[in-house]
Amino acid sequence: MIDIRVSPSPIDAGAELAMIQSASNTRSCGAVASFTGIVRADDDGENGGAVTAIELEHYPAMTQAALHAIAQAAFARWDLSGCTIVHRIGMIDVGETVVFTGAAASHRASALSACAYLIDRLKSDAPFWKKEYRSNGEAQWVAAKASDVTRAEHWEQD
Amino acid sequence: MVYFASVREDLGCDQEDIAFPPHAVTIADCLQWMIAADERYARVFANPSKLRFALDQRMAKPSDRISSDSISGANELAIFPPVTGGCL
Repeated sequence: MIDIRVSPSPIDAGAELAMIQSASNTRSCGAVASFTGIVRADDDGENGGAVTAIELEHYPAMTQAALHAIAQAAFARWDLSGCTIVHRIGMIDVGETVVFTGAAASHRASALSACAYLIDRLKSDAPFWKKEYRSNGEAQWVAAKASDVTRAEHWEQD
Repeated sequence: MVYFASVREDLGCDQEDIAFPPHAVTIADCLQWMIAADERYARVFANPSKLRFALDQRMAKPSDRISSDSISGANELAIFPPVTGGCL
């Protein structure tokens, strides 16, 4: 079961966990792992104060297919019974959830690895762009981090 | 053409139709043609290594060919900065 959603609605990580567990409630499912990404009040002391909110833009015609491809790759690699990716778009305040990934499998190693794979690949392969709003009213696009590309690429080398 | 994030803002445009000449075979060719045709593109696309592309809603490389079908010939080429989804 692959469940992909992209929406401006708030993400309820607890409800998502319950959903992936009940949808994967076969006798063989023994593990559910999840990741919840939250907007952090970053303050590097240089760029106009702390982050107060972020804005997520995406490529509507492509996003669903890109996320589905990532989920299918996870299914091909691990013995999964369920996989969820939920990504929020639009304005998101500090403390709110931006992204949820979850993986259900027979054993913990597959669930944990698949969950990490989902978020690492999402960060480098899915068409989302983030703008940070700071406490002084300034806003700027977030630059991609080389470390995120490295984390995504290491899955291809294993 | 569709543009996203800082590319969209810097161009002041989110989509447009462009008819490329026949010699523009790859994405890199199209980019070069745009840069030569209009200083607005030259300014925004000044550093091509900072740009990413999708062709018909799939991630693509500058060396990818824009169309193998010369009859329909229409592609959706997206230009955007490196993606930054997920958490910070």
